[in-house]
Amino acid sequence: MTALRTLLVSLLLAAAGIAVLAGATDGFQAFTTETARRIDIREQPRTVPPITLQTAAGTDTSFANLRGRWLLVDFIYTRCTTYCTVQGGEFAKLQHDLAVPIATGKLQLLSVSFDPAHDAPPQLADYQRRFGDRGAGWLAVRPTNTADLATLMRVFGVVAVPDGLDGFVHNAAIAVVDPDGRLVAILDWDDPQGAARYVMKELAP
Amino acid sequence: MTAPRRDFLVGAIAWMLLVIPPMRQALGSTMTLQMLVQIPLLAAAGWLIAQAIPARLDARIARWNRSGISGIVLASFAGMVWMLPRALDAALDDPHVAWAKFLSMPLLVGVPIAMSWPRAGFVVRGVLLIELIATAFRLGWLYLISPVRLCSNYLLDDQQQLGRYLLAIGVVAVAVLTWKLMWGRGNPDRV
Repeated sequence: MTALRTLLVSLLLAAAGIAVLAGATDGFQAFTTETARRIDIREQPRTVPPITLQTAAGTDTSFANLRGRWLLVDFIYTRCTTYCTVQGGEFAKLQHDLAVPIATGKLQLLSVSFDPAHDAPPQLADYQRRFGDRGAGWLAVRPTNTADLATLMRVFGVVAVPDGLDGFVHNAAIAVVDPDGRLVAILDWDDPQGAARYVMKELAP
Repeated sequence: MTAPRRDFLVGAIAWMLLVIPPMRQALGSTMTLQMLVQIPLLAAAGWLIAQAIPARLDARIARWNRSGISGIVLASFAGMVWMLPRALDAALDDPHVAWAKFLSMPLLVGVPIAMSWPRAGFVVRGVLLIELIATAFRLGWLYLISPVRLCSNYLLDDQQQLGRYLLAIGVVAVAVLTWKLMWGRGNPDRV
């Protein structure tokens, strides 16, 4: 009798355990926060709030102004000396490769600083210059207050951890925002070709 | 004071200390501290608290817990949740998940293990220990070789350090277990 009861309880507990694990991993798909963020955004695009952004030129724009075209967004801080330096180069290259949709106003590249205390317009301009900005279609911006920064990081799912060397380690990626201002995809930061293909496919008639 | 009562008090105080914010922050600051110190201590607090469970209640539950199997199944699944990198992250970012961790590790891992381990026979104990050791090797190896950060809140070298510790724990556990099997009490050849 004890054996039967134990079997019954164990089976129930195992079933509950499997259900909880399935829930905690989006059906055994997402074991890390990064995968979870990508699945969640792909399946439930999030509207990016119309937050004000200060550009490298010192002027203001906002996510509301930027609607009507596709956006490729990355999060940066200009003091970065590790892989963010590759991020800058990649955006300059995307600016070149995607010159046609940029020229026709269908696409905009956007680098958002998550270190606005340090990244004032001159630092942002210098960042773009360093990586060979071609002058059109790529904005480097910073949020204008810490509340906006927190909102942006939450919506885009960006986590920046101090690396103990006066810098940050962050989950770098290329985020895609559609013309309706909805965040629809998070793509690998080290695969700009993939991001270019994604946009070209969306823009194809 | 009786021993069960003392254990209960120590466990309850340890639990409270682990939950207070400065301690939470300190033990959540690195992946190694969270996985190898905070989570095991929470389970240990639950184990101590369970020592105060009255004998009558313990006996009633035991009717549903032959050889401690039900309790070990419960503890295994609850423990597995807190091995997901995503859960470790969420426990730092989301207060609800943090509470789930602080409640479930003592109550759904520590307590059932305390009620089940003494009832578990040689085979059940062996299966549990081997599975724990295998998990230490699997996770340790994964953390050591993964080129990407599995937790958004922790650095890569922290993850690799945890991997090395887990492998070391696996090796030590195998050594201790082997020693016990060969020369420890209960060895049928040892007369």
